[in-house]
Amino acid sequence: MNFSLEGRTYIVMGVANKRSIAWGIAKALHDSGARLIFTYATERFEKPVRDLAESLDRDDSLFYECDVTDDEAINETFTNIKNDVGVVHGLAHCIAFANRDELKGEFIDTSREGFLLAQNISAFSLAAVSRAARDVMTEGGSIMTLTYLGGERVVENYNVMGVAKASLDMTMRYAANDLGKYGIRVNAISAGPIRTLSAKGVGDFNSILKEIEERAPLRKAVTQEEVGDVAYFLMSDLSRGITGEILHVDSGYSILGK
Amino acid sequence: MADVFDRVKEIIVERLDVDESKVTEGASFKDDLEADSLDVVELVMELEDEFDMEISDEEAEKINTVGDAVSYINSTQ
Repeated sequence: MNFSLEGRTYIVMGVANKRSIAWGIAKALHDSGARLIFTYATERFEKPVRDLAESLDRDDSLFYECDVTDDEAINETFTNIKNDVGVVHGLAHCIAFANRDELKGEFIDTSREGFLLAQNISAFSLAAVSRAARDVMTEGGSIMTLTYLGGERVVENYNVMGVAKASLDMTMRYAANDLGKYGIRVNAISAGPIRTLSAKGVGDFNSILKEIEERAPLRKAVTQEEVGDVAYFLMSDLSRGITGEILHVDSGYSILGK
Repeated sequence: MADVFDRVKEIIVERLDVDESKVTEGASFKDDLEADSLDVVELVMELEDEFDMEISDEEAEKINTVGDAVSYINSTQ
């Protein structure tokens, strides 16, 4: 069997900088032969994303702004993608947001606006882009998102984002059920803590990282490359029998009791 | 410790794409170097890597100027 991604095109949403898990995923898909389409939330991220993509040894990558809080913007982005490339074979949804001051202290202090903002950007966006992606994934394929243990269990300071990840997990499963009949699989990677821009927004992130290094079965932090490799697996036909699943790429941390 | 300042300056110039002459000890990241809040977090992470150390959230919040960053790093080396 041939598990190369040669001749296939994948959308990667949410690269912010070189440390982004989304960038690790993009590199892994690129190394497997895929053509990449990058989307970024605002103009602020355009240059960093283009600069990173330039370091890849192919020049047919495409770039689109896509604000996932705006249905019109999503429609426009995917219409442009359909016109520019036709068929897409997969999508990596690596998007989340919460107000930084609500990623510390007590969860019950979360504001209504902050709660809805986190749900909107971090969970509903997967439903919205899955619907849009269905129309360009006419040959079937694979959609994946990034979740975290804080959506299954209480993780100090993760707070409103944990609740959004719980919502994202179920969004992923319902989308998997809807899209299975079109040959589209939907899964999630639950990555252990990685030192990204987003992770640094979580209160006392350094100690969450230290905990993994000291106590996880593999006794080490998870790398961008490790998550990228599993993303490749989910995007390739190797995982053709898997949908609606959360794969933990966390050095085994999630099997532990306290 | 000009050495620390020069290394910090190099990182700032590269990350924020600003002219070297604007990076003075008194320059404020937000007001003088036009860094947004994400830029500041990125800078803190670059400094942590460059000087192989951790900057806690409390300490990071106190870093407003280039000089603040340099003195914090000097205090840990």
